[in-house]
Amino acid sequence: MNIQNKISIKMLLSVLLSSLLLSACSDNDDEPAPTPPPEPVVYQFDVSVTNLTHAQPMSPVAVLLHNEGQLWQIGSSASVALETLAESGDNSAVLAETMVLAQTSGSEVLMPGTTQMLSVMIEDTAPMMLSLASMLVNTNDAFTGINAMSIGDLAVGESISVQTSSYDAGTEKNSEQMATIPGPAGGGEGFNAARDDVDFVAMHGGVVSVDDGLMLSALTQAHRFDNPTLSITITRTE
Amino acid sequence: MKIIQLAMAVGLTSISAITSAAQLEVSVTNLTQGLIYTPLIIGAHTSDVSLFNTGQVASSQLQAMAEGGDISGLATMLTTANADIVENPAAGFLMPGMSTTAMLDTAATNTHLSLTAMLLPTNDGFVGLNAWQIPSEAGTYTFTINAYDAGTEANDEIINGGGAPGVPGIPGAPGGDAGTGGTGVTTTEANSTVHIHRGSLGDDDLTGGKSDLDNSVHRWLNPVARVTVTVM
Repeated sequence: MNIQNKISIKMLLSVLLSSLLLSACSDNDDEPAPTPPPEPVVYQFDVSVTNLTHAQPMSPVAVLLHNEGQLWQIGSSASVALETLAESGDNSAVLAETMVLAQTSGSEVLMPGTTQMLSVMIEDTAPMMLSLASMLVNTNDAFTGINAMSIGDLAVGESISVQTSSYDAGTEKNSEQMATIPGPAGGGEGFNAARDDVDFVAMHGGVVSVDDGLMLSALTQAHRFDNPTLSITITRTE
Repeated sequence: MKIIQLAMAVGLTSISAITSAAQLEVSVTNLTQGLIYTPLIIGAHTSDVSLFNTGQVASSQLQAMAEGGDISGLATMLTTANADIVENPAAGFLMPGMSTTAMLDTAATNTHLSLTAMLLPTNDGFVGLNAWQIPSEAGTYTFTINAYDAGTEANDEIINGGGAPGVPGIPGAPGGDAGTGGTGVTTTEANSTVHIHRGSLGDDDLTGGKSDLDNSVHRWLNPVARVTVTVM
């Protein structure tokens, strides 16, 4: 007997068994059984996020599922929603973007060296893309994250791991002055609608700090960072 | 029987990978917020050609590109090697955050892709991809690449128009955002081979200090470019 025949018999047996089980479960009344409502199809993704920096707390992490659009584009102006997240850490406008099908947010700041587990789920619509964003809070307008990554082919139980780089929203000059840094290193202003920088998103050049030649900086050598800044694993669990 | 069929299929695949010419669309994005690329050169070439090798001294052609943005020497070198090349697809500088796209018809033997451009304002910093094997399977391939130091010039960070090989200084800061009057960050380059650039220092004094570069504008972290190659 070759392998194919063995498989066929196994399949036949399993089909027979499942039909036996089904008949065992079926109603014994003469009335036809009512058609049960279809079970909703659930897509669930667990997202593990680790802050890889030395001393850059990350604002509550926003995770969103979507089928179109992107959170940012290199060389283009940041949306006001992204500007708000990148300057103040407030992710509510990003989570409320019209493209968002489902979303979740970290409940608190993601401290350096720590990991948070987030979970996002959606019923009946197969999500094609996942995005994630968080501010490096001891900066003027640095953020990190995932921009419209394809997850449509991810099977249940499969994972994708990525390490993210950091971006500059381009909406606020990197003065590093105390009054402009919302994180604990400054305690200064968050969002300001004025755009006094290049007004396009690109990769962040890192912070300079007072220890490396920016005399008015509220940041020290401790706040310097390099890429990558987040380690992320996305697992489809349903 | 099945094993023989499999072997035949594998044989056919590898033959097609070796002998088929390809049409490539190569897109390059300047990921930085404060660096400008001089005209890019993109080439598909045989596996034994390279524009640069880390840990080895730069060729004079690479040096001319890295210190002054002059790609003519690299173009001659690639053309002599029967490479398929595109010069200056952005028709000038590729500004921060901007992208440019080039179409490249490659000969069957030109199986590897390289590209490079000088980074301004730096002394001899460049963005580079060296001899990336072009996949035989049609599709879109995206990756990021880093900034290198040609190792041929001291990173004094003085903007003085010095772009000729062997002449100290930075040829210019086309963004108009640099300073003057710097005394010089260093006069030596300890590593004279091609290496990952340590980044610019800059300072916060646009009329003095050590550097003519602005430490809030002209620093960068890798990667500095995103490359998207579509194999047709």
